[in-house]
Amino acid sequence: MDFDLNEEQRMLKDSVDRLIADKYDFEQRKAYLKGENGYSTDIWSQFAELGLLALPFAEADGGFGGGPVETMIVMESFGRGLVVEPYFATVVLSGGLLRHAASAAQRATFVPMIAGGEKIFAFAHGERLARYNLAHVETKATKDGDGYVLNGEKSLVLNGDSADFLIVSARVSGATRDRSGIGLFLIDAKAPGVTRRGYSNQDATRSAEVSFADVKVEAAHVLGQPGDAIDAIERVTDEAIAALCAEAVGGMAESHRQTVEYLKTRKQFGVTIGSFQALQHRAVEMFVMVEQARSITMYATMMAAEIDARERARAMSAAKVQIGKSVRFVGQQSVQLHGGVGVTYELAVGHYFKRNTMIDMMYGDGDHHLTRLSNMGGLIAA
Amino acid sequence: MDLSFTPEENAFRDEVRTFFKENLPQDIRDKLVSGLHPSKDDLVRWTRILNKKGWAVPHWPVQYGGAGWTPVQQYIFLEEQMLAPSPQMLAFGTSMVGPVIYTFGNEEQKKKYLPAIANLDTWWSQGFSEPGAGSDLAGLKTTARKDGDFYIVNGQKTWTTLGQHGDMIFTLVRTDPAAKKQQGISFLLIDMKTSGITVRPIQTIDGGFEVNEVFFDDVRVPAENLVGEENKGWDYAKFLLGNERVGIARVGASKERIRRLKQLAAEERDGDTPLIENPRFREKLAAIEVELKALEMTQLRVVAAERNREKGKPDPASSILKIKGSEIQQAITELALEVAGPYVAPFRAESEDHGWNEPPAGPEWASPFAPTYFNYRKVSIYGGSNEIQKNIIAKAILGL
Ligand SMILES: Cc1cc2nc3c(=O)[nH]c(=O)nc-3n(C[C@H](O)[C@H](O)[C@H](O)COP(=O)(O)OP(=O)(O)OC[C@H]3O[C@@H](n4cnc5c(N)ncnc54)[C@H](O)[C@@H]3O)c2cc1C
Repeated sequence: MDFDLNEEQRMLKDSVDRLIADKYDFEQRKAYLKGENGYSTDIWSQFAELGLLALPFAEADGGFGGGPVETMIVMESFGRGLVVEPYFATVVLSGGLLRHAASAAQRATFVPMIAGGEKIFAFAHGERLARYNLAHVETKATKDGDGYVLNGEKSLVLNGDSADFLIVSARVSGATRDRSGIGLFLIDAKAPGVTRRGYSNQDATRSAEVSFADVKVEAAHVLGQPGDAIDAIERVTDEAIAALCAEAVGGMAESHRQTVEYLKTRKQFGVTIGSFQALQHRAVEMFVMVEQARSITMYATMMAAEIDARERARAMSAAKVQIGKSVRFVGQQSVQLHGGVGVTYELAVGHYFKRNTMIDMMYGDGDHHLTRLSNMGGLIAA
Repeated sequence: MDLSFTPEENAFRDEVRTFFKENLPQDIRDKLVSGLHPSKDDLVRWTRILNKKGWAVPHWPVQYGGAGWTPVQQYIFLEEQMLAPSPQMLAFGTSMVGPVIYTFGNEEQKKKYLPAIANLDTWWSQGFSEPGAGSDLAGLKTTARKDGDFYIVNGQKTWTTLGQHGDMIFTLVRTDPAAKKQQGISFLLIDMKTSGITVRPIQTIDGGFEVNEVFFDDVRVPAENLVGEENKGWDYAKFLLGNERVGIARVGASKERIRRLKQLAAEERDGDTPLIENPRFREKLAAIEVELKALEMTQLRVVAAERNREKGKPDPASSILKIKGSEIQQAITELALEVAGPYVAPFRAESEDHGWNEPPAGPEWASPFAPTYFNYRKVSIYGGSNEIQKNIIAKAILGL
């Protein structure tokens, strides 16, 4: 049993933490949000230089062979900085699909583009009525010579507006929610027939509604065996959940830190408000929530590489349940304990609250996963 | 004990409901149903319709324009107003400064201000809180120094709700710097167009603009704008804060929101299944409905006790209404997130007059849900935070 980071992981953590501390304070972030695509291309280049964009890829593919723990380290730090660059969409989601579904030749083409920070990738998967069902795919892929033609609409595509490439899930056979019959297709985001409408999200990230009208996919850009994609999609989603949990922990811990700091400085009735026991206990309850979230995130991280899909799913649902509870309590109380200033746009605490609320709602909120976990028989066998 | 309203009360409810149905402008109603904010013009229009009917300030004494209703009738009116749903009257005038003026003001002030409040000719703002004086309101520092027939006001107020529209602001100012905290405070009415006043917007967590900072730099205020006696302002403020009992729980508004969520959850599908068929979701809704019913009963107990209570004396039970009322309102906004599911994410800017500025991603109705969830954290902070309400109960009810 060992919860410590090894030497390399410590070095990774130090360098990411330093980058966020130096380059990503709340004021600097405001400037990044004004960047052309709602983030800073300069910061993106620095991620590349630090090797963060190559991190999870195999060494054979030009990566650093990092695993879920390395991703956790990065995401936790990003959570603290409220990082808006498209790391999650490009490296975690799209990179994950390349790792789990693409051929060696495809990886040789596309992984260097990500690792070098040259191209942004987005995963176009969600659809209007899908909610949290990963098998809900109505978008059609029809055979066309060697390749395919895509038709349909994708929704809430993270960073879909600025992406250079889209990995699109589309149905080659079966009914809308069948697990089988889904394929993954990599296309140039500017290909004829692709229409994108970008918009800002509550947490200052960006997404797009994307539609496909007879979009051609060449045979070389079909990832894996069309029809069998659900396993890879689920696997990548589980990795993504673990990554998001780590981001939430980073954000919560920082929001809690700032709140405790405020309790020590804000004065009312001639004393610091931190001297009121009611508020001390609240701050302690928040602390417990953060630590419980951190623990379950470590569990999810260590289970993210689990091959048994059912065991992995159980762990991810458990993590989402705890994270959902924790982010709500910590976010709401961070605002509450700040009083009026807590509900202002100026204060970072509100932005942690918003980002973590969005994380809670991604891939199913806590209650959705509670139902899923209970349907799988919970965590402890009878 | 009897749960039922009298036939007269039921007839009254019908009358009110019919009036709202026939007279509340549809565009205003639509805005409220969709969770958008009514504009200044919306509120002025609607207030004037009600005022013509004699219903803008029904809770006031009849000689100042009140309707002469019983507490139960007032309660019914308020609930129907929230169920319609219609905007509530601007509380700063009708529920706050209005009653202070007709209780403690002089005849001239009553004549000058009361009719203009009832018709919303004057938009009032509340200038109590300061950066250093929130929960500890008596810690306020804004000063008013007597100079002939004027007071010279210096200092800063903050969190001034809708102060961007303000014609007048009622303030607590320190007139005796030597006196101890609660003493030496006066209740002063200030024209917001006086030179030396600067209003600066504060953006809220959801991106909206409803609160402001108000700066006073050598502002000359006619001495006749003092309400009651100099250095007695704290008593008037306590009267004002204790006055708002019944509306505070916002039971009607919560009922209306639950109704709306149920309708949306019946429409919104997860694949082929309407969301309302999700048992966990339904149970959570039902649990909130139970809490709301209990709160409604608590509120009715407070209303019924009204006739035996000394006028103007705060009822510590109203703290229960504030705590539970705010928690339930917040819980409903949390449940709304679940109805929208992944569609809580897209952000759309809202303009005061034109509603949403951009087309939606996903369902149109989902757009206000996340902003409202974030914004509604305020309801357990303003008007005496829930922690302060608990202190009141601990002291005044439990004797701790
Ligand atoms: C949206 C909004 C609109 C508002 N509108 C107006 C307006 O129009 N006019 C106006 O005058 N004011 C207005 N207010 C101000 C509001 O009344 C104050 O925000 C409120 O009184 C809290 O004060 P504060 O913000 O300074 O927080 P603080 O008093 O600094 O409180 C910070 C935290 O400490 C807690 N705390 C403080 N004292 C104690 C204690 N003794 N025991 C335990 N916990 C304690 C509080 O509950 C809170 O959690 C508004 C506020 C908001 C958020």
